[in-house]
Amino acid sequence: MAVLDSKIPAGNLRDKWTNHKFNMKLVNPANKRKYDIIVVGTGLAGASAAASLGELGYNVSAFTFHDSARRAHSISAQGGINASKNYQNDGDSVYRLFYDTVKGGDFRAREANVHRLAEVSDNIIDQCVAQGVPFAREYGGLLDNRSFGGAQVSRTFYARGQTGQQLLLGAVSALNRQVGLGKVKLYTRREMLSLVLVDGVAKGILVRNLVTGEVEKHSAHAVILATGGYANVFFLSTNAMNSNATAIWRAHKKGAMFANPCFTQIHPTCLPVHGESQSKLTLMSESLRNDGRVWVSKKKNDMRAPGQIPEDERDYYLERKYPSFGNLSPRDISSRSAKEVCDEGRGVMGGDAVYLDFEDSINRLGKKAIEEKYGNLFEIYETITGENPYNVPMKIYPAPHYTMGGLWVDYNLMSNVPGLFILGEANFSDHGANRLGASALMQGLADGYFVIPYTVGDYLASQKPTLVKTDHPEFVKAESELNEQVKKLLSIKGKRTVDDFHKTLGRIMWNKVGMARNDKGLKEAIEEIRALRSEYWKDVNVVGSNGDFNQTLERAGRVADYLELGELMALDALTRNESCGGHFREEFQTEDGEAKRDDQNYTFVSAWEFINPGEWNLHKENLEYESVKLSQRSYK
Amino acid sequence: MSGKNINVSLKIWRQDGPKTVGSFAEYKISISPDASFLEMLDEINNDLESKNQIPIAFESDCREGICGTCGLVINGQPHGPIPKIATCQLHMRNFKDGDPIWIEPFRAKAFPIIKDLVVDRSGFDEILQTGGYISINTGGVPDANAIPISKDIASLAMDAAACIGCGACVAACKNASAMLFVSAKVSQYALLPQGQPERSQRVQSMVAKMDELGFGSCTNTYACEAECPKGISVTNIARMNRDYIKASVTSNSVE
Repeated sequence: MAVLDSKIPAGNLRDKWTNHKFNMKLVNPANKRKYDIIVVGTGLAGASAAASLGELGYNVSAFTFHDSARRAHSISAQGGINASKNYQNDGDSVYRLFYDTVKGGDFRAREANVHRLAEVSDNIIDQCVAQGVPFAREYGGLLDNRSFGGAQVSRTFYARGQTGQQLLLGAVSALNRQVGLGKVKLYTRREMLSLVLVDGVAKGILVRNLVTGEVEKHSAHAVILATGGYANVFFLSTNAMNSNATAIWRAHKKGAMFANPCFTQIHPTCLPVHGESQSKLTLMSESLRNDGRVWVSKKKNDMRAPGQIPEDERDYYLERKYPSFGNLSPRDISSRSAKEVCDEGRGVMGGDAVYLDFEDSINRLGKKAIEEKYGNLFEIYETITGENPYNVPMKIYPAPHYTMGGLWVDYNLMSNVPGLFILGEANFSDHGANRLGASALMQGLADGYFVIPYTVGDYLASQKPTLVKTDHPEFVKAESELNEQVKKLLSIKGKRTVDDFHKTLGRIMWNKVGMARNDKGLKEAIEEIRALRSEYWKDVNVVGSNGDFNQTLERAGRVADYLELGELMALDALTRNESCGGHFREEFQTEDGEAKRDDQNYTFVSAWEFINPGEWNLHKENLEYESVKLSQRSYK
Repeated sequence: MSGKNINVSLKIWRQDGPKTVGSFAEYKISISPDASFLEMLDEINNDLESKNQIPIAFESDCREGICGTCGLVINGQPHGPIPKIATCQLHMRNFKDGDPIWIEPFRAKAFPIIKDLVVDRSGFDEILQTGGYISINTGGVPDANAIPISKDIASLAMDAAACIGCGACVAACKNASAMLFVSAKVSQYALLPQGQPERSQRVQSMVAKMDELGFGSCTNTYACEAECPKGISVTNIARMNRDYIKASVTSNSVE
């Protein structure tokens, strides 16, 4: 049985990373060009990793299924990126950012990883500014900050409501420079569909050329996956249409353990669903909660227009329940509170939406100030809904947004498969059971710019892995397995479309593995997903052929993987008999409805080993808290 | 929200591949006015697939107007009739019952068609790979606040940096010029202190690459600005032209 070794360095928390950097082996500058490294994904984590490794002198091959590296979903992040600069003189520090992140994650993250994240956060801001990222500035010319949920200091750096875009374009500019210099070979419109192991060590990948349909084989000394999260298992989420779990899921099926799959984040401020034809949900940045007040009517099924509901008949429920954090309470808590009031029938017009109201802020600061801060977000809202949020309050509702779970990694970001590294949202390591706002961008860039360049070097220098040829029997075997699967999907010719199956799965996941879960619902979900999976392989209709640009076939492979992953998420949620962060089990709550953790029995990372579809072995990595005292998370 | 469904008839460009001849095909659909334009195409595709027919190839990803993946010419206009939005942000409430809608790919010599409405815009990345960056490595950079930048300049740089690389400017231009796209990146760095050391070299190599890839020249019709979903201003083109001329005069490289 595989043993999980987190490889957390010994010593004092604040010295671990410094000591580890010194203790790691180095690859001599002249030898770096002898090593080939594959990076899959060109979002914040992938682009920053590929660029930094190219700069160091490694031969990097970078892959994206998009037509351009710049399209990766990191581009959609709106609000900002955290760093412990303490530029505002409001008491921030590395330790405070570390502590807020561990607490925000409901004490289910690894202390050492989170501390390292907080340590390098300042370097990220320096790096981005040097690249020409146009962060927001004060009149004196220095950088501006805003506040985000789960923190009482102002530590979030931002570029209007397009921070993810600007950070990604910065990372991609560094990547483009390496492409121009010939140190990185960039493969666009390639989707990774298989991981190749030789004697249990990661040696390469298979990708499908999405234009020609050809399978291409690539080998390397190390493989890095930075392919993002799996929230699209819900069908409707804030993730981009093409975001998917296939790369990490196929790696999981080859032996990489999947950690904490049930830790999913439902973001509180998204636009409500408009109808059956809806293709995805749109996020409105959490930064809006700096100046917007969340409320519903005190009455059930109140059909009055918002302006007709007088002040004393409104329930500003976040301010009421959590006076110290108010509208800036963390995401899991804000989402659950919205669900609670809507379940009581007090949502907008009795439906699934709550108000996010800017009237007070507009009266206090003036329309111009609000426009300057949130202008583009207000425009997005009006474009989509046809309503002007300067005049009527926004309507929002929670939606699946981010997945804290992902492939298990040790302190070096290497999975249990030697030579396979996982970065960014695709790994599980830093956010525990709930991620704080503006921390995803921080983690993606920390992993890519400041962690992997060191740890991958240590792997290469200490393990001295060899390069296999792409005609190695393991490559040939993986290729024929893949061709079989594609052939099978195209040959079923059933009656239901791929999207139809995906929507059905999404409904099961949202209703039973969503914001609130219970034993009965989770057991039902597992049965329903199994039945749906077997129906899929009998009745799906994948039109078109393999040797062609075929978007239906692309989606068909991804949905096949979701139909396995969804079951594991439900199984993990069923196994974790406690509530923590984004994982809320109705059976385990305090008297006032807050998440009730069970630290005695569940202070561990669940890491699932794949046996067969529908069959997993559970491994546990116990979490040791040396610096932080576990307590009930309170934002009151 | 949610009004009565509207009925629209569509003429959509179908083309099997880069070397085949394409033509318009007709479709009809009844759709909620709250649906987005791309959700309307999703519905048509789902319907085609359930009839065992090949769906219409079109690209999109974020559906929030920021990734730049989507891009259709709708009734002759890149990204459709509403200014300053990408195709994915267009909603059916902007069309009336019975409206005919013509849908075509972005057309330009430098953007060959891959299939139906999908085009190859990799030329944009090739231009950026010749100079769309500041040549610094990871690590060893000064503290972020060691480089003060006035709020106005930072804001102008942000205006230029907001480009999403969708290619509407090229599709809108009768010469298929990429000047708005290239000048936005050149301007972002030309405005900022970090971009000064490579300012001359950058504009020269990016413009040279743009010409080499077959993008046309600029004749100041401003169609690019009018169709840009992010409102990138043609003043960026003026700034780039100034920089280019200055660089040509002062450059050390003799060709």
